[in-house]
Amino acid sequence: MRSGAVRRIAALLLLAAGPVLVLGVLFVLPVTGMVAEGFVADGRFAPGAVLDVLARPRVHRVAWFTVWTSGVATLLSVVLGLPAAYALHRLALPGRAAVRAALLVPFVLPTVVVGVAFRQLLGEGGPLGSLGLDGTPVAIICGLVFFNVAVVVRTVGVAWESLDPRPGQAAAALGASPWQVLRTVTLPALRPAIVGAASIVFLFCATAFGIVLTLGGVRHATVETEIYLLTTTVFDLRAAAALSVLQIVVVVGLLALAARLRAVPDPTAHRTVTPVRAVRRPDAPVVLATLAVLAAMLVPILTLVLGSLRVGGEWGLGNYRALSGTGDNQALLAPVTSALATSLRTAVDATWMALLVGVLVATIVTRRSHSLAERRVRSTLDGFFMLPLGVSAVTLGFGFLITLDQPPLDLRDSPLLVPMAQALVALPLVVRTLTPVLGGIDDRQRQAAASLGASPWRTLLTVDLPVTWKPMLAASGFAFAASLGEFGATSFLARDDSPTLPVVIFRLLGHPGAMNYGMALAASVVLAVATAVVMLAVERLRVPGVGAF
Amino acid sequence: MLTLDDVTVRYGDTAAVDDVSLELATGQVLAVLGPSGCGKSTLLRAVAGLEPLAAGSISWDGTDLAGTPTHKRGFALMFQDGQLFAHLTVARNVAYALRLRRTPSARVATRVRELLDLVGLSGYDERLPGTLSGGERQRVALARALAVEPRLILLDEPLSALDATLRERLAGDLRSILHAAGTTALLVTHDHEEAFALADRLAVMQSGRVVQNGAIDEVWREPVDEETALFLGYARVLRDESAARVLAAAGLRSSYAVALRRSALVADADGPLRARVEQARVTPEQVRLVVDVDGIGTVDAVAPLGSRVSPGDEAGLRVDVTRLAVLPITPGS
Repeated sequence: MRSGAVRRIAALLLLAAGPVLVLGVLFVLPVTGMVAEGFVADGRFAPGAVLDVLARPRVHRVAWFTVWTSGVATLLSVVLGLPAAYALHRLALPGRAAVRAALLVPFVLPTVVVGVAFRQLLGEGGPLGSLGLDGTPVAIICGLVFFNVAVVVRTVGVAWESLDPRPGQAAAALGASPWQVLRTVTLPALRPAIVGAASIVFLFCATAFGIVLTLGGVRHATVETEIYLLTTTVFDLRAAAALSVLQIVVVVGLLALAARLRAVPDPTAHRTVTPVRAVRRPDAPVVLATLAVLAAMLVPILTLVLGSLRVGGEWGLGNYRALSGTGDNQALLAPVTSALATSLRTAVDATWMALLVGVLVATIVTRRSHSLAERRVRSTLDGFFMLPLGVSAVTLGFGFLITLDQPPLDLRDSPLLVPMAQALVALPLVVRTLTPVLGGIDDRQRQAAASLGASPWRTLLTVDLPVTWKPMLAASGFAFAASLGEFGATSFLARDDSPTLPVVIFRLLGHPGAMNYGMALAASVVLAVATAVVMLAVERLRVPGVGAF
Repeated sequence: MLTLDDVTVRYGDTAAVDDVSLELATGQVLAVLGPSGCGKSTLLRAVAGLEPLAAGSISWDGTDLAGTPTHKRGFALMFQDGQLFAHLTVARNVAYALRLRRTPSARVATRVRELLDLVGLSGYDERLPGTLSGGERQRVALARALAVEPRLILLDEPLSALDATLRERLAGDLRSILHAAGTTALLVTHDHEEAFALADRLAVMQSGRVVQNGAIDEVWREPVDEETALFLGYARVLRDESAARVLAAAGLRSSYAVALRRSALVADADGPLRARVEQARVTPEQVRLVVDVDGIGTVDAVAPLGSRVSPGDEAGLRVDVTRLAVLPITPGS
């Protein structure tokens, strides 16, 4: 290998050192700590106990439940998402931008809020209470689909938007009917996007926490909620660790598959966006399907809002006024309003951390490799930084608790503990938003700037920054919204006297009392509005890749 | 027979194709020639049914095609860059339309072999489009378009994505293939060489309108105005006195304007025109001159290879009447 190539790899590793260290301490250490908990008994390495756990019938039931509900939810998300992806990214529908933004909101809605909304919709006395779906797997699947349709619409929609229409036209000119064009040309071209979206959705479903916990409780547990129940109520750490290991293995496998299938943006290829075309009569089924999906998205949210406005059988703002208190029977240690303030403060900290690391990571993985070895190093780093996307937030949160509690890494009482965990959860979102943009900058642009006398700093300022400031802003908003709603890791780490809003909502739900339930609804609406406002602002920036994987 | 009657295609307020009427008889090849942005590709897409008409009609053998969607027109469209389906092998690409029609697979196999033979790509069946050169891809696209024996084949600058040598070779092949298959073809291009290489008839298009239309040699010999002449490869257009002098030297009737090709004036010591050589440049075929002719001004001329001319020399010129065109325009037009 020539010394130039070695020097490039060395520089790359030096640049990567910061993010790798951060991820090492805040991610690898906690997760391995959690995993070690299961394999080490009385100071000795004893993997037998883990295998014993995996042989338990309840574990089999939980694993199978996770797989089949996630599978069905993934399938439904894809089936419902495809027509909407087409209608919203290829047709000139009136109000298209607003609908696209609206569909993005569920994805960042706090899981607890969605859980509350579905219980309000399906529970006794709810509009669909007569169906008897409350607490059934169907309710859980509906909740999962609600979250993940947006991922399919985004990911496939963005791919569809940049799909060259000419092969389809060539097929039509060769006699293919619209249906045949879809089957033989369009779908094969979209296959990487569809399979990629499906594998990510499956991942999200299989590691979903808040929604399953609020809708399924103890009866319908998935691997993720089972880990939570085992650690917090049964205190069977060995079993929890065993399930974490199982989950990590499956997730890493799925991530590897998703990475293989994800189309790598070719920096030399110009991304073209096909202009939308007018809606015609044959588009009616697609448009109707999109409207149906939109309605299905709106119903739970509307039920939630209406429910929050009812106090003791009458309309009123009582639930909202109660937010300045601590609920019936002293359900909370701090008023909900101060939890909102804590949430916002935490989200700000999590956002700058995620952005700082995310920009570095995105820069590292998108620069063009000059040698095969360099490319390998880059793609390994790329995969490494994606890990937090799939590893359970519960595992992460619990790992934080048991590993970061002694010097030199005693972070238990640090106000930055929760933001750090949330930043890790948001990091993959930031990286995924920025990489297509940075990867889309033709390296020759930078070379041209350099050849015209621009210093590397100047090049960054005049070539990279004008293209990336909007996506960076969008990524910040995305990270902010995600961290506002983060529940899995936070539920372990938030201190009792300063909880975040999702944690408060979950506590209110767990305490009996009509006032507490009403407050949970009102707090959910407040949280939903906060995330929705942020996401609408992000959508206004019109960054194509936001929410696509 | 393809008939276009007063066809207009609009993008917003601008008419990309403006009131175009054309006819194309079965078995003939018509080239629509025009600069980029003149609306020729839009015209082609309108014929394929990919652009809605704002006015006028397109019909085949007297049947209006207004209600017929692209896939039922039976017109195969061949894109500038081939637009092969990247996920299908060469054989699958060629067989695409046959499979749509549920042709028995034995018949498909024979037909694919015939077509690949025809375009000179036997044995390429299992290759993927990504592994082919530009010229090979265009050949596969042609085979794919011919597979269903379309009533009309639409070609969008089929050769312009290729380099010069390849273009020349494929142009010859394409012409003989089209003629062998007896296919009716409509071709749009900005390259007059491409048009001459492939077409029987020529329509010249400028800013959305067809300004001239006829047999190819006719159009070439008698361009209708200065712009058309320049677009057809004439080097210069002379007017008034200058035109009269050149025509007089050629022994032709006087006229207001004349278009000259580069080789219209030939160095000849006994020629009727006197000039001073300003530049001389040797090319593989001839010596190219720029000369200052008395009473005409600076024009191009040629001298046979081996003639000794250098800048500053006095030279005689004669006019080659086959290399000029008298333009039917009058002062003020």
